[in-house]
Amino acid sequence: MTERMKEDTTLRTQEKPYTEQVDVAVIGAGHAGCEAALACARLGLKTAIFTMNVDSIAMMPCNPHIGGSSKGHLVREIDALGGEMGKNIDKTFIQSKMLNTSKGPAVHSLRTQADKAEYSKAMRQVLEQTENLIIRQAEVTKILTKKDTGENGGEPQVTGVQIHTGMVYACRAAIICTGTYLNARCLVGEAITETGPGGMQRSTFLKDSLTELGISLRRFKTGTPARMDGRTIDYSKMTIQEGDKTVIPFSYSTDPADVQIEQVPCYLTYTNEETHDIIRANLDRSPIYAGIIEGTGPRYCPSIEDKVVKFAEKTRHQVFIEPEGRGTNEVYVDGMSSSMPDDVQQRMYRTVPGLENCRIVKNAYAIEYDCISANDLKLTLEMKSVRGLFCAGQFNGSSGYEEAAAQGLLAGINAAMQIMGKEPLVITRAEGYIGVLIDDLVSKNNLEPYRMMTSRAEYRLLLRQDNADLRLRKYGYRVGLITQEQYDHVCRKERQIAAEVERLKNTRVGAAAATGAYLKSIGTAPLGTAASIADLLRRPEVTYDALAGIDPERQELEKAVTEQVEIQIKYEGYIERQKRQVASFEKMERRRIPADIDYDDVKSLRLEARQRLKQVRPDSIGQASRLSGVTPADVTVLLIYLEKQRGAEH
Amino acid sequence: MMSRHFSDTIAAISTAPGQAGIGIVRISGPQAVQVADKLYTDKHGNHVLPAFQAGSIHFGNLVDSEGKVADEVMVSVFRAPHSYTTEDTVEINTHGGIHTVQKALSLALDAGARLAQPGEFTKRAFLGGRIDLAQAEAVMDIIAADSEGARKIAVSQLSGELSGRVREIRKNLIYEIAFIESALDDPENFSLDGYPEKLDEKLAQTEHRLEYMISHAQEGSLIREGVATAIVGKPNAGKSSLLNRLSGRERSIVTQIPGTTRDTVDESIRLGDITLRLIDTAGIRTSDDPVEKIGIERSRAAAEEAALLLFVTDNAAGISAEDRETAAMLTPMIRAGKPCIVILNKSDLSQGDEQAVKELLPEGIAILPCSMETGEGIEALRRLIPEVLGISGAFEDGEPYVTNLRHREALEEALSSVRYARESIAAGMSEDFLAPDMMHAYEQLGLILGEQVEDDLVEEIFSRFCLGK
Repeated sequence: MTERMKEDTTLRTQEKPYTEQVDVAVIGAGHAGCEAALACARLGLKTAIFTMNVDSIAMMPCNPHIGGSSKGHLVREIDALGGEMGKNIDKTFIQSKMLNTSKGPAVHSLRTQADKAEYSKAMRQVLEQTENLIIRQAEVTKILTKKDTGENGGEPQVTGVQIHTGMVYACRAAIICTGTYLNARCLVGEAITETGPGGMQRSTFLKDSLTELGISLRRFKTGTPARMDGRTIDYSKMTIQEGDKTVIPFSYSTDPADVQIEQVPCYLTYTNEETHDIIRANLDRSPIYAGIIEGTGPRYCPSIEDKVVKFAEKTRHQVFIEPEGRGTNEVYVDGMSSSMPDDVQQRMYRTVPGLENCRIVKNAYAIEYDCISANDLKLTLEMKSVRGLFCAGQFNGSSGYEEAAAQGLLAGINAAMQIMGKEPLVITRAEGYIGVLIDDLVSKNNLEPYRMMTSRAEYRLLLRQDNADLRLRKYGYRVGLITQEQYDHVCRKERQIAAEVERLKNTRVGAAAATGAYLKSIGTAPLGTAASIADLLRRPEVTYDALAGIDPERQELEKAVTEQVEIQIKYEGYIERQKRQVASFEKMERRRIPADIDYDDVKSLRLEARQRLKQVRPDSIGQASRLSGVTPADVTVLLIYLEKQRGAEH
Repeated sequence: MMSRHFSDTIAAISTAPGQAGIGIVRISGPQAVQVADKLYTDKHGNHVLPAFQAGSIHFGNLVDSEGKVADEVMVSVFRAPHSYTTEDTVEINTHGGIHTVQKALSLALDAGARLAQPGEFTKRAFLGGRIDLAQAEAVMDIIAADSEGARKIAVSQLSGELSGRVREIRKNLIYEIAFIESALDDPENFSLDGYPEKLDEKLAQTEHRLEYMISHAQEGSLIREGVATAIVGKPNAGKSSLLNRLSGRERSIVTQIPGTTRDTVDESIRLGDITLRLIDTAGIRTSDDPVEKIGIERSRAAAEEAALLLFVTDNAAGISAEDRETAAMLTPMIRAGKPCIVILNKSDLSQGDEQAVKELLPEGIAILPCSMETGEGIEALRRLIPEVLGISGAFEDGEPYVTNLRHREALEEALSSVRYARESIAAGMSEDFLAPDMMHAYEQLGLILGEQVEDDLVEEIFSRFCLGK
């Protein structure tokens, strides 16, 4: 956009602008924007989704996967709540793997390779076929607000958004999902372009509008590796990585039979000392190490430069070659993200076995962009200082498609709930990874793009990818994204699981010789004295299915039911221990902090704690205790203060 | 300003009453200097305190509101945050007796300070970030310390030895958790083959260290809280005399008439490093006298409760039916591991029959001929007591003791979680089942330090392991 156009926009805004009335405006059509827009439109609100380019809807500008450790959980949860990501990847994946199958069920995680172009196309089709949804290619330049008339507690209220042509979309809520586009710049060594990801046009004008609203922005950074011409790669020097023989779909709505497709393999190779020598010799030319990049990059997604510097003792790092789709020979070089100059990239990639003759299609690059601190948001993802302004995705300081989609869905739901005058939806840390994600973003002081990890979920034995429907369907149903039929199905499943667990605990088998022989035949020791089927199932080597032979009363049950029965019985001790922890967590969550608390009045708080509490304004003692900079002593002080206040009221 | 959390200014006598030659009144809070200024003048009668430099000591007079000099005093001025409480603090050192100290305190209270609650200075130091929770609690222990040993333990906790030990265990735990989490997060990059065996070895070490600290915790609390000691034996065997010998005071009524001591008398005495909480019990005697019956029942109950038994016999009178009865009562307790010393009293009158006494009691019992009359054997007894309690010389190696109940509970909780984790390894459970229990242990140990544990794991993962593609 040129300066002249900007002036024109300003001029037009002074006349009565051409205006269309909608309920919700969604700014950005990436993974967060798509979920947000679909949620609002499906709930019956007239929704407009704005994108810099309609051909980049649900684009995957970085890696070609959906899912993976803990991210797979998020996709399942999105699906349980009525989101789209799981269904869309089930339609467009080209390889699928359940990770960690040798571990316990809590860390099983589904990861797929997507056909990027197909994924984007399929999501666009869903958007196009959704009622109440307007797709608009335009740069949103301004958030329009009106002063509070008194009923909302002083914050201004969103009244519309204005696009670069000057046209206004009047609305009651806006959801910002600008991803990495806002004021973005991409760096390849000394070469800097003022573009969004993948050479797309960046957005610039929204920044001033947000600043006018008093919203402060910060700068984050991330990076992506090179894309290569698959014809120039010698796969014979690499190890082939195939998908699972039997594919499990992400979505509870997908028929498993539909996902048993022919898959595309990935390949594994390694860097070596020669690669590392080239990197070390050219570190001064890396924009990060040369100090050109000011943004904070993620530690979990380190560039190959970072890996070589920080883990100097490692003589090699893994490199995965992953297809970008069926319709292209372009491949993604996973593990070697970089912002080195072109010549260094060419030389370092070519030291890797199989990549000796590789040709780069797209350079690896680093990208910097504007985002907010999610500490400025409520747990509903609404901006604390502007009513009706919701935010989701990388704009909130997260990273990853799945994290973005999860926030988009919740922001969309909560924008809709607000307009419809219904109770907002906040998922707790004990209910889902989505709860952990949003609570972490809103409560913690995140200094780098936030990525989901299973270790962040303290109750992960309860938050499994296999029970997302049991945990969250009810909320999807409550807000209106899950149908009565879908909800009835999960209720029935829940009852069947409970009944079968109960039955197995009460069904006893004796120590008869025939029983003993049968147990031997399924690879476990015979019984000394009578025991329940549940007792037998607790043995690590015994499965539910294998016990059919000594369980004549068994009714035919769905696999999804028996799987839960097996997990609940096998891991009962661990699950019970976690439930006890959850109970004490919930006690702290229930201790609400009044919204109008004056932290300056709480005399004994340390300065750092006082500042954090004033900034975040936690809803509960539980949330307060998770704030960085707030120690247990501060929490005690706060509790005493609240007790005194309560005493004073009575 | 970090220190301005409390609006009021507190004052208290900060030396133990009656003991020290110098009494100190400490005043802390935003008004400390103004308060102290009212009750202190220089030698010329001028109120000059606010002009004093931080950390300086001055000689002058303690004066009342009319300017009348009560005593000569030294004052030290500390400015926030460079004081124990992190607040402005003034210490008034009086060299008079208890009377002068109390006068100084009452003048401080008149001048606007509030009387501090027990431990309030330490609370402020803790909330001001000056000391960690374990250190704060150690200070409380010092204040309450009865014996030299208790004070040594409290001092070693204060200097952070306990904190250091706990930190070490936590560091090891978090490293292993971070490794497991890294492997679960990035299974294609980290292998856990053969890891459970290695981890089990490390957890076994952690388990032993925790067990050791807990057993020391019990020992530590024996020292801090005092060892409940029951003195048993037939009437007039010399129990009350023993009590008086050990405490160096006439406490119980000692007469030649059997059964004079009807009430149990509680007395705490210092025995070098340890405190004995002596329970002088009524003598055991087969009696129909209802009053004495109650006394005997009480002896039995006291012996059950005690951590140390001192069985006194009348050596000169030979073994009596009462002695046999007492021995029978004590035998199961001794077998169960309760330390017991048999004192053959009246060694000045008779060589006695040590062998006959031995036969009444389980093997290996400590027997010591003594005379309450002459004091013979008392020194040997003083040395023997810590030995049978297993705490002799315990302070020389600087081992930190855990004496606080909260600490002990946290250690026990941590220990049980480490055991759960080891059970899981033995049961062949995968690593993801170990991590939550290990994390629980880590968090429990964090409670001892009063530290935030929230982001430690993620920090550790990123700093130790090369994660992500």
